[in-house]
Amino acid sequence: MSVQARDIAIVAFHQSDCQASAGATNEVELIMPEIRAVMDQVGLRNAQDVDFVCSGSCDYLQGAAFAFVAGVDALGAVPPIRESHVEMDAAWALYESVLKIRMGHADSALIYGFAKSSPGELPIVLSQQLDPYYLAPLWVDTVSLAALQARLMLDAGKITEADMAAVVSRSRHNAMNNPHAQLAGEVSVESLLAQQHFVSPLRRHDCCPVSDGASAMIIATVEQAKAWGKPYAILRGIDHRIESHNLCTRDLTESPSTRRAAEAAGVADGAVDVAELYAPFSHQEIILSRALGLGEGTSVNPSGGVLAGNLMMASGLSRVGEVFQRIVSGEARRGVAHATSGPCLQHNLVAVVEAA
Amino acid sequence: MAQLAAVIGTGQTRYKTKRGDVSIAGLLREAAVNALEDAGLGFEDIDAVVIGKAPDMFEGVIMPECYLADALGANGKPMLRVHTAGSVGGSTALVAASHVQSGTFKRVLTVTYEKQSESNAMWALSTPQPFAVHLNAGAGGYFAPIIREYMRRSKAPYDVGIKVAVKDRLHGARNPLAHLQKPDITMAEVEESMMLWDPLRLLEACPSSDGACAMVIAAEDAVDSSAKPPAWIRGGAMRSEPTMYAGREEVNPRAGRDCAADVYAQAGIRDPRRELDVAEIYVPFSWYEPMWLENLGFAEEGQGWRLTMEGATSLDEQGDIPWNPSGGVLSSNPIGASGMIRFAEAARQVRGDAGDHQVAGAKLAMGHAYGGGAQFFSMWIVGADKP
Repeated sequence: MSVQARDIAIVAFHQSDCQASAGATNEVELIMPEIRAVMDQVGLRNAQDVDFVCSGSCDYLQGAAFAFVAGVDALGAVPPIRESHVEMDAAWALYESVLKIRMGHADSALIYGFAKSSPGELPIVLSQQLDPYYLAPLWVDTVSLAALQARLMLDAGKITEADMAAVVSRSRHNAMNNPHAQLAGEVSVESLLAQQHFVSPLRRHDCCPVSDGASAMIIATVEQAKAWGKPYAILRGIDHRIESHNLCTRDLTESPSTRRAAEAAGVADGAVDVAELYAPFSHQEIILSRALGLGEGTSVNPSGGVLAGNLMMASGLSRVGEVFQRIVSGEARRGVAHATSGPCLQHNLVAVVEAA
Repeated sequence: MAQLAAVIGTGQTRYKTKRGDVSIAGLLREAAVNALEDAGLGFEDIDAVVIGKAPDMFEGVIMPECYLADALGANGKPMLRVHTAGSVGGSTALVAASHVQSGTFKRVLTVTYEKQSESNAMWALSTPQPFAVHLNAGAGGYFAPIIREYMRRSKAPYDVGIKVAVKDRLHGARNPLAHLQKPDITMAEVEESMMLWDPLRLLEACPSSDGACAMVIAAEDAVDSSAKPPAWIRGGAMRSEPTMYAGREEVNPRAGRDCAADVYAQAGIRDPRRELDVAEIYVPFSWYEPMWLENLGFAEEGQGWRLTMEGATSLDEQGDIPWNPSGGVLSSNPIGASGMIRFAEAARQVRGDAGDHQVAGAKLAMGHAYGGGAQFFSMWIVGADKP
């Protein structure tokens, strides 16, 4: 919903490098530098200096139940803190924090997301996100499901394989300016198309890499942000919508939940200078750009997006953070961030961030 | 500031060891439909859905909101999944309430569940954490030494836990939904049951249950659809502290004390024993009743067991502050739902909707949940009177 009693400011953001493998670095060690970084940006000392903390993580990626409990160790939660957790991308932890501030129970919040995806086989692990009786026993992996979606797009004439390669080429190019990116470089559409298929019609470069890392953000009421005296951007709207889990009842070539979230968040209320979209597969960036109504004037995924590095459980929050950074730096005045969850873009969150 | 919000519908399933007659989605839908009927609403009236449960490994479904969206009528709506260990049922209620209290939505459906028969919860609790010392204790083994420390400090008689186990099962016998139905339970029967984790006997521990609990929370101008009166949310609070740190008070955790102080301040409560009419408190192991009586300020430190032994917390003994009239976690424990059952039962009490376990004239009630190594707390106060 875009109508809100209290305007909310994004004040700080930091993200780790996207590493193909963090090795023996554990989750707490991944989180701590990010929390320290955002604290330093605001000039705060510890987690007790904010009113609320919320995180996003996934037990199955850590390989243990209650994985987030260890995450609390990264906060130094002594004395005790007001804290919550979603088993979702941290973009939804941001959403929960926004509600907490809107209701007046907090004036500031620290949000973080983290995962080490490298120890497991991520596409196979995520197959256990599917209907446990009918689909999960088939172990249909996320890449195969995305390939089915891309095939539907191609067969419907909504994209070409060259369009997909163009997305990848631009991602790799943009990522050259992103110090945290895992994959970057100048690659031509022709050279990408010359690669063989991985899971047809997807080539390996159409799929995001597996990355380890974390990101963190601090938000606050505008009054609190002003009191801190740091540059901030306004989170003008945020909304999220889920769709049916039954892939056969969805039109996978479109994203009605993104469109609906965009309407509720107020995307069309002004020009969109920049958009950071959580598109783990190249064709999904095209679906999302169309659902959001983005045109020529919008720079899409200037960070390279998640095709350049995908921090599971943090990538959605990072999209919001990337837009925030571009607004605070003066590079853009208004931007849109997007996060996704579930197979073939089942669940989508849209946020609108504006210059203060 | 926070908008007024109230519980206008609650719905639960029957709790039992194995609900083989329904899928996971079927289990949640049963609770959700019951809550919607209680609220006089349909799925189409709901603006957002908030679900909660304990670890995904309990059923083996990752991020189950994806799978459950259809069963809960969430398609096209916002859907959120909360996970804060054992306190999650309470936390989920608070997160759902924030959807309304923030002024963002009018009517929110919230559902929590556990279908523990789908897998082995003890296994899921005991998976080794990478790069960490493996604590292969399970919940009972983890809490038993902390209980022994409470017994040592308070000099409580050995049978306080036995008394709680009997009291909550007698309460549970008044509640047709309760998993354990033991209307004839005796102190001797509990005492003779197998010692599991000294001092906790089998009958002093919660069961492992399948079940779901749902609520509909509505804004001030949307409470009239239900035939029953609303349960107004008078306060809500959460606190977390680490599992271990030097000097941590594990018997009487500070996070619990701070959380209680916060929620009492919101509700204007100074003396919880006198001012509250009833409390539904997360007591999965018998001795946690006297420990939480102290932690939550119903008794002075070291004196909680006296309330239990005097019958102050017993419906059957006409106690002045009944705890867990529904039978509590000791009678039903679908882990992810157990906290919300406490919150929903508190709401039922102030709505006059608690059937044979109704506390006569209850106007103000507390719901409580805790989790992890007694380090995550969530609490709310609901009242019959509009604040």
